[in-house]
Amino acid sequence: MASVTLKNVSKSFGVYDIIRNVDLEIADGEFVVFVGPSGCGKSTLLRLIAGLVPVSDGAVLIGGDEVTDVPASKRGISFVFQSYALYPHMNVSRNISFALETARIGKAEIMRRVEAVASMLKIGHLLERKPRQLSGGQRQRVAIGRALVADPEVFLFDEPLSNLDADLRTEMRFEIAKLHAEVKATMIYVTHDQTEAMTLADRIVVLNHGKVEQVGTPRQLYDRPATRFVAGFLGSPKMNFAPTLLTDGRLAGPGGFSYAPHLATGTTVSEIGLRPEALALSAQPGSDTIESIFERAEDLGHEYLCYVRIGEGLIWTVRGSGALPAFLPGQTVHVGWRADSLYLFDRDGQRLDHRPADRVAEEVA
Amino acid sequence: MTPTDRARRAETRVAWLFVAPLVVILLAVAIWPLGRTVFFAFTDAYLDNPGSYDFVGFANFVTVWEDATFWRAVRNTLVFTVVSVGIETMLGLAIALLLHRAFLGRGLVRAAILIPWAMPMVVSTRIWDWMLNDQFGLINKVLVELGIIAKGIAWTADPSLLLGVVIFIDVWVTTPFMVLLILAGLQLIPEDLYEAAEVSGVPQWKRFWSITLPLVAPAIGVAMLFRTLDALRMFDLSYVLAANNANTMTMSIYARDQLIGFQDLGVGSAASTWVFLIIGLIAIVIVGLLRLDRPHH
Ligand SMILES: Nc1ncnc2c1ncn2[C@@H]1O[C@H](COP(=O)(O)OP(=O)(O)O)[C@@H](O)[C@H]1O
Ligand SMILES: [Mg+2]
Repeated sequence: MASVTLKNVSKSFGVYDIIRNVDLEIADGEFVVFVGPSGCGKSTLLRLIAGLVPVSDGAVLIGGDEVTDVPASKRGISFVFQSYALYPHMNVSRNISFALETARIGKAEIMRRVEAVASMLKIGHLLERKPRQLSGGQRQRVAIGRALVADPEVFLFDEPLSNLDADLRTEMRFEIAKLHAEVKATMIYVTHDQTEAMTLADRIVVLNHGKVEQVGTPRQLYDRPATRFVAGFLGSPKMNFAPTLLTDGRLAGPGGFSYAPHLATGTTVSEIGLRPEALALSAQPGSDTIESIFERAEDLGHEYLCYVRIGEGLIWTVRGSGALPAFLPGQTVHVGWRADSLYLFDRDGQRLDHRPADRVAEEVA
Repeated sequence: MTPTDRARRAETRVAWLFVAPLVVILLAVAIWPLGRTVFFAFTDAYLDNPGSYDFVGFANFVTVWEDATFWRAVRNTLVFTVVSVGIETMLGLAIALLLHRAFLGRGLVRAAILIPWAMPMVVSTRIWDWMLNDQFGLINKVLVELGIIAKGIAWTADPSLLLGVVIFIDVWVTTPFMVLLILAGLQLIPEDLYEAAEVSGVPQWKRFWSITLPLVAPAIGVAMLFRTLDALRMFDLSYVLAANNANTMTMSIYARDQLIGFQDLGVGSAASTWVFLIIGLIAIVIVGLLRLDRPHH
C-alpha cells in the first residue's frame, strides 16, 4: 500500500505545456478520480505517475520514495489502458500471467495466482479464449485481472469504461468500487465522465488545461465548486448560467433577475449559476423569480426536465420529480429557486461568497 | 425458395457480374497463353513454323526430365531462392525494426532505402558487374588498398563465386521491399501493448520474442511468399550477369534457351510447363503453411 505525491509536476511536449505545476497528495488506499474535458491532460498526468512518460519538471513520490527517475516496472503500479491493450495472440490465461513468466516463481504458483484472480473477476471459464472471442465487458475484466495479478501498491486506470455501453458501464463501475473495497490499494482513475467521478471517488481532482482546478470530495465539489469551470463540469444536467451586472450593490440579469449580494467591496460579478434541481416553475410570479418562456418538457419517469428561455439564446434546464407541469410551449412561466442555491462567479470564473451564512459554511467545510 | 435464398442468389449474381471483366482478362492474358504452352509441350513444333506439328505425347517432358542441365538449373534456382529470401528476410526485419523507432530524418531514410528497389534490375546488375570487375572494379580497388587481398578477385568470372554474386545483388536490390512490407506490419502493432509490457516489467528480449515476432509474423509470411515466388522465376539478374553460364542458370533461363536458343517450341514449352508446375507446387505448400487462405481475425 502506498501514497502518491506529486510535487510541482510539469510536462511539455515540444512547445506545448500539457501539465503545469501540479501539486497533489493522494493518501494510501484512497480512490482518486482525475476528471476533466477531453484533451485537458488527464492521461498524460496518469502516465507521468506510471513512468510511461518522463516528467519535464517536478517530482513523483510513491510510498514516500522519490520515483521520478525509476522505470515504470519498478514503481509498484499497474496500469489499465483505455483500449485494454490485451495481447491479441495470447489466450486470457497467458494475458494475465505473461509478466509473471520471467518472475522465477514456478508454473504452479503462476497458475494458482491466475486462477485466484480469474475467480475474483468471474472469468474462470474464459481462460482458454483469445481476446477477440470476448465481449467488451469480458475484455475489461481480463485487463483488470492482468493489473490485479501483479499485486501492485497503486492501480492506475485510464478511462477503463469508456468503450463499454451504458448498462455495462454501470455494472463495471460497481465492480471497480467493490474491487477497491476488497484489495484496499490506492487507485487513481481517469475519466471524462462526471458521473463516474461522482460515484467512484473518495476525492476528485478536476483538471482544466493541464492545471488542477480543484481537489475535494464529490460533495464538496458539487456544493462548493471553486470555479465556474468546476460548477459547470460536475452535475448532470449542467448548472444553468446567465450573465449579470452589478450596479449600486444590486445585481441585475435576464428575465428581471434582481438580487442584493453581500460582497466584499471592490468585487466584480459577471455570472450567476443555478443548478437545475434548485429551480421550480410556476405560472404566477413570486418575490424572487425571473420571467421565462416555456420551451419543452421531457418526462423521464422518475423525474422530468423542462427547458425554459430566460433570454436571447439562453435556455435553462429545470429538473423536478412528480407530475409533469402542465405548461404549453410559448407560455410565460416564472422560475424560482431556493435562497441558498444561487452561485455567483467573478470575471475570472472564481465563485464568490455572497451571503452572511457563507463564511460559517466555509468553516464547516 | 425463401426470400433470403432469393436475396442470396441475387447477391451471387451481382458478385459474378462484378468479377466477370476480371475473369475475361485473366482468360485472355494468363489462361490462354498458358493453355497454348501446355498444348505445344505435347508437340514437336519449331519456333520458326509453329503451324506444322505432330503430337508426340510426353516425349518432350521426358527429354527435359532427363536433361542434367535442367536439374542443374532447378538446383541453382532453389539455392538462389532459399539463400536470398532467407538473407532478405533477416536483413529486412532488422532494418524494419530500426526504422520503426522514431528518430530525426526517419522519413528521408525510409524514402532513400527504396532507391535500390526502384532501379531496373538490368541497371543494378550492370552497376554491380562494373563495381565487381577484377581489374577496374571499385570493390577490388578498395579491398586491395585496405590490404585485405593482394590482387583483384574475379568475382563475376570465377564459377564458384558467381552464384554468390547473384545472391548478393538480389539482396541489395530487394531487401528494401522486405523492409517496407515488414515495417507496415510493425506499424499495425498497437503501441499500448508495449506499454502494458513495460509497466509489468516484461524484459526487452521477451517483448520482441513474445509480442513483436508473433504479431508481425503474418506480414513476414506474406512478404516471404511474394519474394519466393519472385525468386523462383528469376531471369534477368542471372542472364544479364552471366547469360547461360551453368553455375547461375535458372529454370527460366533454361526454358528460354530451349525455346529461343534451340528454337524447339515443343521442348521449350515442356520446360516452361515443368517450371510452372514446380512453382505452383511450392506456392501451394507455402500458402498452406502460412494458412493465408484462412481469415486471421
Ligand atoms: N506523446 C505526445 N506528444 C505530443 N502531444 C501529446 C502527447 N501525448 C499527449 N499529447 C497532447 O497532450 C494533450 C493532453 O492529452 P491527454 O493527456 O491524452 O488528454 P486527456 O487524457 O485529458 O484527454 C493533448 O492535446 C494531446 O494532443
Ligand atoms: Mg485520455
